[in-house]
Amino acid sequence: MIKYETVIGLEIHAQLKTESKMFCSCDNYSVDAKPNENTCPICLGMPGTLPVPNKKAIEWVYLLGLALNGKIAEKFNFERKNYFYPDLPKAYQITSSTKPPVIGGRVEIETEGVIQNIRINHIHLEEDAGKLIHPKLGEYSLVDLNRAGTPLLEIVTEPDMRAPREARIFMQDLRSILRYLSISDANMEQGNLRCDANISLRPVGQKELGTKVEIKNINSFKMIERAIEYEVERQMELLGENKKVVQETRGWDESKGKTLGQRSKEEANDYRYFPEPDIPPLEPYSGKEIDFDEIKAWLPELQKEKSQRFINEYNLSTQDAEILTSDLELSRYFEQTLEELPDITKNDEIKKQKAKKVSNWIISEVLAKLNLAGISISDCKVNHKDLAELLDKADHGEISGKIAKEIFAEMFETGKNSEQIIKAKGLSQISDTGAVKVMITEVIKENQGPVSDFKAGKEKAFGYLIGQVMAKSRGQANPQVVNEILKDLLDKE
Amino acid sequence: MRKITKEQVEDLAKLARLGLTDAEKTSLAREMTVILEYSMLLDEVDTKGVQPTSQTTELKNIFRKDCKVISDIDINEKLQNAPVKEKSFIKVKKVLE
Ligand SMILES: [Zn+2]
Repeated sequence: MIKYETVIGLEIHAQLKTESKMFCSCDNYSVDAKPNENTCPICLGMPGTLPVPNKKAIEWVYLLGLALNGKIAEKFNFERKNYFYPDLPKAYQITSSTKPPVIGGRVEIETEGVIQNIRINHIHLEEDAGKLIHPKLGEYSLVDLNRAGTPLLEIVTEPDMRAPREARIFMQDLRSILRYLSISDANMEQGNLRCDANISLRPVGQKELGTKVEIKNINSFKMIERAIEYEVERQMELLGENKKVVQETRGWDESKGKTLGQRSKEEANDYRYFPEPDIPPLEPYSGKEIDFDEIKAWLPELQKEKSQRFINEYNLSTQDAEILTSDLELSRYFEQTLEELPDITKNDEIKKQKAKKVSNWIISEVLAKLNLAGISISDCKVNHKDLAELLDKADHGEISGKIAKEIFAEMFETGKNSEQIIKAKGLSQISDTGAVKVMITEVIKENQGPVSDFKAGKEKAFGYLIGQVMAKSRGQANPQVVNEILKDLLDKE
Repeated sequence: MRKITKEQVEDLAKLARLGLTDAEKTSLAREMTVILEYSMLLDEVDTKGVQPTSQTTELKNIFRKDCKVISDIDINEKLQNAPVKEKSFIKVKKVLE
């Protein structure tokens, strides 16, 4: 029995969130636009128009190249990839795969504690095609060219992945990098991050690659693993029966849970690439147009670095640090809330203690509510200042932890701050020893049984009495104050 | 001598979505061979070390600022070349996914 090894390479497309399109000044944000509204003679492919590259899109490709340790090519040029399809107005796509702007690079991924380098073959820049809609009823399709001309990055990996899980982890890491660089929304479900997988099997120990099959239509993170797993099994079965794997493109059908053979867009698959005559070549290192010092200055702390820093600086657990840095905005929210707290700069110990409290709060309260509401932190009505104020109140015993959570729930719903809610509801914690004393005296009078139990040495009775006092105060008494006074009064009984 | 065959003309016609009659294919194969022959004059020149020419303007690094401009062209005017429309979509023959 021959043992086979799985070999996976990915081709990833990510739309850049520039303000305007790749080669024209049309609005690049079309979520609320009417079909074909964001188009112009250039992206509609009218004769006589001249495409001019968007400088930001080019700078962002270099930014990603630097983040992935790729080499910036001294020269690159756009080219035409020719094919007919209704979503492609010019009958060619302007791309740059032959002489790409970034060559090489790598992404370090970690699977079950093992660190692995996934090499990048190259990154190139191109324009997206339009969108086709296929109404269920009716023998026609509809074309919307708002997306035609959106800047699109293509990231091509080397065939370095050996398991479906590695492909999923790679995609998650890449998504995080794209989001931390703030160059793409990188949302697979919304189609601004897309992934095709090349999959082949080879006998263990063999150097040459087996026949590869390309899987398209993977449009969620869940699907990456499932689609590749299915395809590996399909190929394994073929090889087990001494059949050949046919080189082809297959589409993942989520409802059937299968990959299915696809008819190729261009049957002859001959794209007749040639250099784009309308766009002069690009030499980023010559002249002053591209400022690499500036681009390097844009490089942010990426998720892995930030997570490590949270562990070192705030003494957070690996798990908590990873949760807080899973979303750039969330990591900012955490640090901003922390910085807002008084005394934070006093010393490292205090900082670590407070960081732990803020982290617990964000993970167990804020995130839980966000997940339940299905929104992200940027849509949260509670800003970091208001959260810090609430936590500070709880910290100083002005309100109990339980009340703090109730107040937070209302802040989350209404966007009011804690001060407003406390005033409106009279929720301030009772720390006034006089008021607490009165309540305790009453409780002692009303519960003579438990009091004598306690005197007889039954510790449990003490807890019961505390509970009675808290109930009397409707949860507003400061538990610590209650504890002290109750002990005191019972001793005197 | 390189010759353009009728099969090559058929392949190209298919890629360019051109319907050609048999007579057109034959004559095109002949004409294209002549054109190719003419361009093969270049084979006689020593081009060692000469970069292929795809640009003659000698320009480089031409960009525009990332700035959106809302088009003042009406959507109907933009779509006037579309043979069939539905609302502001362009309607085409059913495309297989
Ligand atoms: Zn345009």
